[in-house]
Amino acid sequence: MMEFQGYRRPDGQVGTRNYVGILSTVVCANEVAEDIARQVDGAVSFTHHQGCCQTPLDIQRVNAVLIGLGSNPNLASVLLVSLGCESTAIEEIVAGIRKTGKRVEVITIQEHGGAARTRAEGTRIVEDMVSDASSQKTEACPLSDIVLGLKCGSSDTTQGLSATPVIGVASDRIVAAGGTSVLGEVTEFIGAEHIVARHAANETIGKQIIAMVNRMEGRAKAVGCDMRGGQPTGGNIKGGLSTIEEKSLGAIAKAGTAPIQAVYEYGVKPTVKGLVVMDSPGREPEILTGLAAAGCNLIAFATGRGAPQGFPFVPVVKLTGNAQTWERMHDHMDMSVAGIIEGTESIPEAGERLLDRILEVASGARTRSEITGYTRAMDIYVLGPVI
Amino acid sequence: MKRDAIVIGQEDNVATALRDLTAGELVSAGIGASSLSVTLVDPVIFGHKFATRAIFKGHEIVKYGEVIGRATADIPQGAHVHVHNIESLRGRGDLA
Repeated sequence: MMEFQGYRRPDGQVGTRNYVGILSTVVCANEVAEDIARQVDGAVSFTHHQGCCQTPLDIQRVNAVLIGLGSNPNLASVLLVSLGCESTAIEEIVAGIRKTGKRVEVITIQEHGGAARTRAEGTRIVEDMVSDASSQKTEACPLSDIVLGLKCGSSDTTQGLSATPVIGVASDRIVAAGGTSVLGEVTEFIGAEHIVARHAANETIGKQIIAMVNRMEGRAKAVGCDMRGGQPTGGNIKGGLSTIEEKSLGAIAKAGTAPIQAVYEYGVKPTVKGLVVMDSPGREPEILTGLAAAGCNLIAFATGRGAPQGFPFVPVVKLTGNAQTWERMHDHMDMSVAGIIEGTESIPEAGERLLDRILEVASGARTRSEITGYTRAMDIYVLGPVI
Repeated sequence: MKRDAIVIGQEDNVATALRDLTAGELVSAGIGASSLSVTLVDPVIFGHKFATRAIFKGHEIVKYGEVIGRATADIPQGAHVHVHNIESLRGRGDLA
């Protein structure tokens, strides 16, 4: 039986890490959140550029995403760092995260009288939280407790032939075991959205997928950009891609062959098991944050040329099918599937290796982004203007 | 066995070259854990596709187990498959 050593939380979710999370509630509190995290071993900070002077819809989204991040099972407890005058709804965020049963505290820079005092008080609180968190023991957890986030980026010709279908194999195995897999990057569906929609468990979900792609395209059109025209690009055609369908399929191959059970807005935690789609752009800070807010406890990331980004509290497993990238960007890569391109390993074989690696990382093996500290790719995806 | 090309989906009728392949070469294309052999009629460079069986004009090109376009000419087994002999079925005003 496939198992990993995880941290079972009071609400039943399982963490693959056991950090104390320090979440900034507004861009203006980032410095203090970062400073406290630097002071305390076992704590990590999440910072972003939102939380004030935005449309009400975006503020609601920031509230929801902060609740999602705080509720992620990789965090044992949470300290919110507030400036005091921001638009985010602090009480609502605290109440939202506390529903998981974990400890949540708030410190407010304007109430404490400046950064130095807030840092001192925050550091003391977080030290206590780390002390409590460190006594939580891991237990054997089934593969079904994995909530896998799917991502690809910095692509090349090898990616759609090796790393993305390999993630697809692992995703299918996790879903078949009763786990969850979250596909974002709706931008990548363009050209193959009819195919993604056909993978929906029913017609309603299929229509939701098409509507989500149309909405994503509409956002670009609203600022005068046609995302569909000119695809595949001249460089893609030179590399061997003939049609937009082929290009898009290379990216969505990472979702495997399981039926899509539901469609969610950005950062919303799935309430069903299986493969689900979440609205998200493809850019690293926004999608990694969205996957973390959706409760992903591990992310698999396919890259051709070598994307180094990780996330503060969700391990990101990087795999590449490009032998040169594996050599040159070795510091940032967790697994090579270059054997597929060299003709010596099959996609199913590499998929099994990835599954083993996922279980090792879920049990505590550290990813390259964690080791190198390349974990600051984070921001909340918002839709409206900054006011 | 070492493969020269890869077939991603079981139903695919194209394989993708894993290195620069030459016309007349008998190549091995991996499909899952097994493989199939095709003699190329065109040179096919790394990342480009060739037909693993004859594809008639108007028929679908299948990769990743999905339709990625349609043949605009008869494509013999082992021929290069690209923008010169297939077309997208998407984003086209005349098909909308």
